[in-house]
Amino acid sequence: MDINTFIDNFAGQFDDTDRSVFTAETKFREIDEWSSLIALSIIAMVDEEYDVTLKGEDVKGAETIQDLFNTVQSKKQ
Amino acid sequence: MATSYNPFSLEGKTMLVTGASSGIGQTAAVELAKLGAKVVVTGRDVARLQETLDRLEGEGHVQVAADLTSADGIGALVEACPVLDGVVLCAGRGLLLPLQFCDGDKFREVFDINFFSPVETLRLLTKKKKVQKGGAVVFVSSVGGTEIFATGNAIYGTSKAALSSAVRFYANELAARKIRVNSVNPGRVNTKLIRSGKLSEEQEQADIAKYPLKRYGEPEDIAHGIAYLLSDASSWVTGQSLVIDGGLTI
Repeated sequence: MDINTFIDNFAGQFDDTDRSVFTAETKFREIDEWSSLIALSIIAMVDEEYDVTLKGEDVKGAETIQDLFNTVQSKKQ
Repeated sequence: MATSYNPFSLEGKTMLVTGASSGIGQTAAVELAKLGAKVVVTGRDVARLQETLDRLEGEGHVQVAADLTSADGIGALVEACPVLDGVVLCAGRGLLLPLQFCDGDKFREVFDINFFSPVETLRLLTKKKKVQKGGAVVFVSSVGGTEIFATGNAIYGTSKAALSSAVRFYANELAARKIRVNSVNPGRVNTKLIRSGKLSEEQEQADIAKYPLKRYGEPEDIAHGIAYLLSDASSWVTGQSLVIDGGLTI
């Protein structure tokens, strides 16, 4: 798994936030556009792209995009 | 007054319940048996179906394991069924998915079990004259898709909206045989169908707060509505959707 591709996929779920805002260290729930719909979209994206089933609590438990990447990676193994 | 007076009794009636191995279907089977019905329970999981059967009060209940997403499964079930006074079509599944991920395959997976399966089951049951004149049919629909359009619920909601529409067509045509057709339309009920884990605890609490009665439903809340629609107490009720939702759609 590649973190940059993951950030691309992550950013792709947002409409109004510029790609440049997103880095591995971005605290994604602090982004203005963050919503319950985007949370569901992240779960669906991870299922589609990485074949990993995330829970709502996994998303809530992650602070940064890197945290969520780590969760996906650990579930993939 | 005679102590035996009870227009809500299901004594002496035989009822089929699909999706009876879990959730609303399982509880409906248990409650209908308590009200005196003989119940035919069906579902895919033989072991869990046996658990349902073990929980049924009274005598004369049977289980028929069948996969109602296949034509063969439906055919075998209908073949195995005695003549019925009531049919409860509970089998269904949920799916929480934002629109841009809802492709045709995802729609078909859910429509197969939530819409095509109950409609085909009822078609064959009536074609094979397995539903008695004066019988009653209850679909388990939802407030989703007709009253409530929650985020991520498009596939589930549209499948239930199709079902809610079917209720009226079937009620109209089957009235010729004095068969009544209604649905119960629940809000969110505490079963594993709503436990996909995609909502966090915090999101779920926020959702519960939208219900005026401040809780999700229990399967019994829905089973009692189903029992009413199967009983003689609802003899003049057909083509209706009984909303049971803790006030969500007020």
